[in-house]
Amino acid sequence: MMIKLQAKDIIFSYDSVPILKNVSFEIPPAKLVAIVGPNGSGKSTLIKCIDRILTPQSGSILIDRKEVTRMKRMDVARNIAYVPQNSLRIFPNNVVDTVLMGRRPHLGWISSDDDEEKVWAVLRLLGIEELGMNNFNELSGGQQQKVLLARALVQEADVLLLDEPTSNLDIWHQLDVMNIIRDLVNKKVITALMAVHDLNLASRYSDRMIMMKSGKIVAAGEPSYVLTPENIESVYNVEAAVRKQSETPYIIPLKQAPIGRKG
Amino acid sequence: MTKAVKRRSSRTGKLSTTQEAYKKFVFRKTAFMGTILLLIILLTGIIITLGPLDITVTEAYCALLDKLYPDCFNVDDLTEQVIWNIRFPRIIGGVMAGFGFGVCGCVMQAVLKNPLASPFTLGISAGAQFGIAVAAVLGISVIGGPYLLIGNAFVFALLCSGFIIALATVKGATSETMILAGIAVNYLFTAMSQLFKYFASDEQLRLMTSWGMGDLAAFTWERFPLILVVFVICIPLLMSKAWDLNIMTAGDETAKSIGVDANNVRTFIMVISSLLVATVVCFTGTIGFIGLVAPHIARMIIGGDHRFLIPASGILGAFVLILADAIGMNIIAPTIIPTGIMTSLIGVPFFMYLILKGKRREFWT
Ligand SMILES: Nc1ncnc2c1ncn2[C@@H]1O[C@H](COP(=O)(O)OP(=O)(O)O)[C@@H](O)[C@H]1O
Ligand SMILES: [Mg+2]
Repeated sequence: MMIKLQAKDIIFSYDSVPILKNVSFEIPPAKLVAIVGPNGSGKSTLIKCIDRILTPQSGSILIDRKEVTRMKRMDVARNIAYVPQNSLRIFPNNVVDTVLMGRRPHLGWISSDDDEEKVWAVLRLLGIEELGMNNFNELSGGQQQKVLLARALVQEADVLLLDEPTSNLDIWHQLDVMNIIRDLVNKKVITALMAVHDLNLASRYSDRMIMMKSGKIVAAGEPSYVLTPENIESVYNVEAAVRKQSETPYIIPLKQAPIGRKG
Repeated sequence: MTKAVKRRSSRTGKLSTTQEAYKKFVFRKTAFMGTILLLIILLTGIIITLGPLDITVTEAYCALLDKLYPDCFNVDDLTEQVIWNIRFPRIIGGVMAGFGFGVCGCVMQAVLKNPLASPFTLGISAGAQFGIAVAAVLGISVIGGPYLLIGNAFVFALLCSGFIIALATVKGATSETMILAGIAVNYLFTAMSQLFKYFASDEQLRLMTSWGMGDLAAFTWERFPLILVVFVICIPLLMSKAWDLNIMTAGDETAKSIGVDANNVRTFIMVISSLLVATVVCFTGTIGFIGLVAPHIARMIIGGDHRFLIPASGILGAFVLILADAIGMNIIAPTIIPTGIMTSLIGVPFFMYLILKGKRREFWT
């Protein structure tokens, strides 16, 4: 089996508080993988470790069998793009200039018309072309998320990491963003790894799911394998029913489990 | 170009309105810089005419061009002497100082991600001031002779920023540690200067305060080569990081994910800009306001792309500084109001006006 992205025994701690505990997984090319898990389970931390925003204390991350920790940062950026959950900007920038930043790994000092054209193409793809001249800081949270996605897409990396890309979006835009990503994966343009809160969205769009709790992977595999009432109860402390619609499992949360049964 | 246009036209037929707006915006940025440059040249001609000796604007330009193309112009010797040795160096000095302060303020605000950062927030002028105090009171100087005060100001300014950068590098060069270290060092050196003032004699005090108010009188032709060398090295180095600065204002994590090593860039920028500022400050004293405000005004007008913003901040800084200096020199002549005081007196109301009237909210959003 071909492997695009592989993590081996990643251990990470913030100031000696262990956050990730021996996390390992393998992702084949052109797949969409969702990371799910409760708040604070380490999803964002894992994504940052993969992009080397954070440096794990031990373990290795391989992309196309090359060690990410030994690559130059600019080379990492050519291979992996990252969509942060939100981004605060101290100084104003318009949307086009914000997205153009994503071309940095491919740019000289002068941006070419080609780079600009790529920016416009991505803005059109995401349906936000008319926001081009708006100030990034003055957009809604959802619009900002789409701009951040656009910036990652113009980076033209094979692997796209997304940290809750739909958390600020209304349901129409949630489907829009997920469809765009799904489409890019189907066309074998990218391999996507995304942290998602919404289990049903994850279940509907992902090829595989990784379920985390307290910095460990609890279950991984196809959505129907991962999303079982037992897993949901032990990871989220919620009793839930699982229904199937056209082969996709859907979760209906029923009630909070009694605290004592935490496992 | 043609390729891109063809591809574009095959898809949409013509540029969308937003694309048109963006193209206009890029044009506006260039036009803005061109305009200010032109204003600086005009202003130079006018400022030269101000002063005890009557000179016309035409004479001013002729005298300047006469140096480049001798024989072409007929300028009287005294006029040329006054222009070339007294009035023009002061303007060139003002242009260089303003440019240096503007550029450094701009890049420091970017890497420190703080709209309040300026070359002076980081204790560079406090260091220089302390260097002056040491020279004036103790008579101790790193370099002797005519450079007694200036040399000390330079060395202590660099010492001060070197200390901040070293501290921040050990602790991890984040913008927060740098700003905190800078403010702390600023207080320390200010306190030490005040202590020296407390014990200083009248003559020593006069030396210290005259430097501290900021003045362009120290610029003479012999000193320019040195300053020019520093500029020619530092400005291109800062400009070369324009893209990285754009990206760093989006935060360190984003910067890293796009391939920019934020901490390295931050240290690099601080080292280079400190060198530049120290070189200017040791001649001029504190003209703090320009470094803080020129980048903000530039940002309000042309936006946050540092490829344009860095030179625009510099040009704007130069313009404001020579304008303020000319007013300070002439408004109640023969008494000269120090440049540093005049820049603040003129610049602050203008800046306030922009904050209140600016149609876009530019910072603290
Ligand atoms: N900068 C930080 N310093 C220290 N601890 C942190 C930091 N960021 C996150 N953490 C801790 O790491 C754990 C995992 O956080 P995170 O990866 O953001 O979780 P998730 O994205 O799954 O909600 C949490 O317990 C959080 O408190
Ligand atoms: Mg998170």
